[in-house]
Amino acid sequence: MTKAAPVLDIDAILDDRATRIIVCCGSGGVGKTTTAAALGLRAAERGRCAVVLTVDPARRLAQSMGLTELDNTPRLVARTEAGGQLYAMMLDMKRTFDEIIEAHADPERARQILSNPFYQSLSSSFSGTQEYMAMEKLGQLRRSDEWDLIVVDTPPSRSALDFLDAPERLGRFLDGRFIRLLTAPAKAGGRSAFRLLNAGLGLVAGAMTKLLGAQVIKDLQTFVSALDAVFGGFRQRAEMTYRLLQAHGTAFLVVAAPERDAMREAAYFVERLAEERMPLAGLVVNRVHVSPLTRLSAARSTAAAEDLEAKGEHELTAAVLRLHAARMQLAAREGRERDHFVSAHPTVPVVQVPAMWHDVHDLDGLREIGTLLAKTA
Amino acid sequence: MDRDTDWDGVRLHVVTGKGGTGKTTVAAALALALASGGRKVLLVEVEGRQGIAQVFDLPPLPYEERRIAVAPGGGDVYALAVDPEEAMLEYMEMFYGMRRAGRALTRMGIVDFATTVAPGFRDVLVTGKTTEAVRRKDRSGRRVYDAVVLDAPPTGRITRFLNVTQEVAGLAKVGPIKNHSELVAGVLKSPETAVHFVTLLEEMPVQETLDGITELRSAGLPSGGVFINMVRESLLPQAALDSAVKGTFDVAELALGLKAAGLADGPDDATEIAEALLEEVVEHARRTELEHRERATLAEAGAPRYELPLLADGVDLAGLYELAETMRIQGAA
Repeated sequence: MTKAAPVLDIDAILDDRATRIIVCCGSGGVGKTTTAAALGLRAAERGRCAVVLTVDPARRLAQSMGLTELDNTPRLVARTEAGGQLYAMMLDMKRTFDEIIEAHADPERARQILSNPFYQSLSSSFSGTQEYMAMEKLGQLRRSDEWDLIVVDTPPSRSALDFLDAPERLGRFLDGRFIRLLTAPAKAGGRSAFRLLNAGLGLVAGAMTKLLGAQVIKDLQTFVSALDAVFGGFRQRAEMTYRLLQAHGTAFLVVAAPERDAMREAAYFVERLAEERMPLAGLVVNRVHVSPLTRLSAARSTAAAEDLEAKGEHELTAAVLRLHAARMQLAAREGRERDHFVSAHPTVPVVQVPAMWHDVHDLDGLREIGTLLAKTA
Repeated sequence: MDRDTDWDGVRLHVVTGKGGTGKTTVAAALALALASGGRKVLLVEVEGRQGIAQVFDLPPLPYEERRIAVAPGGGDVYALAVDPEEAMLEYMEMFYGMRRAGRALTRMGIVDFATTVAPGFRDVLVTGKTTEAVRRKDRSGRRVYDAVVLDAPPTGRITRFLNVTQEVAGLAKVGPIKNHSELVAGVLKSPETAVHFVTLLEEMPVQETLDGITELRSAGLPSGGVFINMVRESLLPQAALDSAVKGTFDVAELALGLKAAGLADGPDDATEIAEALLEEVVEHARRTELEHRERATLAEAGAPRYELPLLADGVDLAGLYELAETMRIQGAA
């Protein structure tokens, strides 16, 4: 490492009993879910009772933890010698949403909501709802107090930031003036905040009907008033979870791969977490290419290969030297991406996890990742 | 203007892929490849990430079609970053002449409505904008763009994203949105469209690609080719790879070579370096073996495959042109 960042001490975080929630976030395809699972296993092997909440239905990884079904309930994966336990679950967002409705509505009203086309779109869509339900589930797990550590893997959003925005956005929408307008335009007219908009109300209502069709508006109105009568505090719920994330005991880990896009997203995320005053623990850089022979540079290796090739001898050695040069070149490029990040965020602790040539298939693989994560040297 | 590629007759190229596979890079290179030889191509992005601007090293793109690159042998690539809010206002103005009401709706949180509660609506707006560009004709009745390349959402969401009629049907059984979605679906499900997948030769992306193709086909959407991205050339002969995996690699010969190349201070040092290099060789051999397996798995999908090299210095503008040329040679464009 040419620029030194503070080292992220994973074991210190896992061993601190005050750590109750670890949130892994970052852009898609950087190994977030694997990192979350490896952290959960390592925590359990250090005596914690941990649950990993994943939203990524990658089958192989689920199998590696012995999870085969999407049933929205934490399942015991392993009991460890240290007296710890590892549970894991995959988020079923529709099921989670249905359960909220069922818990808060009488059966008749619940049936009305569950069969509404808007509810079905909202509860099974991948935009916003998944983030919201992940947060809802996290809140539920935390309140149950059955686990002393919850490791959560955030949804593979188009942008990692949706994760912070979505609950607020969904809450604001369901609680917002647009919905009030839709459900009770007459009432809205009496409130001062709407006075200025009044002239536009007819226009808006007309446009909505023209754009969406009368039936859609009617379905939406039914849906909203049914939901509204069940529980008025969607936004309040979102805010509760938001505060839970800000609280002492939560640690955010930003996960990245040493590539430009992923590191850029990571930097953006680090800045955003600071803005939201979310407790950032550090950056995990996955899939870093390392060499056991860093003293032989790419340039020297290439020159030696050329020399051998020119002489027409030791073909195999020349080929191996070229392989090494390519690896060193890749390592250098990755190092530059990492250095950009460190220059801009010199106080953020970083840990690097070397690339493995295969995916993780079982607990042994997860354990290996955990060991690499905790390597502080 | 046909030129004997695998996708003659296709005007809309949808590019999807798992996160981290280089979807935007491949979409950008495909646009360059399709534009080469004097054609006009529109590259569209829909997720608000400004990925196209980053790949072409440009400032953020507005919601406006503008020329961003010249293709080899003449030809233009235009780019458009579709913003759902703007697309909705445009749609309202175009079909209903309602600009002012649109602004009012924006203020009232209608955009939250479109993007949060019913993403089906948002998808129909952005795919609608894209298919409009595909269908658009100039005064002489010729299509404005020879091809449109869409940098689409990732594999996990692609079928839902493109299956607009299905998504909207649950919400609107009749009405203007329903009619609009049918028009859009008419283009998306036609032979004028192909959905390409970008993958790496790794287990999870390959599995997602196969699942994605199956899902797409069962929804009646036209699956296209598979772009295998970041392929590393194998630098070692097969025999050497085999021996590395079997543990019979000739380390002594390697050490001799190192001495001959003047890289070692004495025999012990040569052995030490050789042992370290052997670790790299074994890992390379194992990965190559896995890549062979993944390649064979991908072949089962029965879709044309194109291999794009890993660019040693990362993707810059020169790299994009290199990838575009590779695509041309392999018949992808």
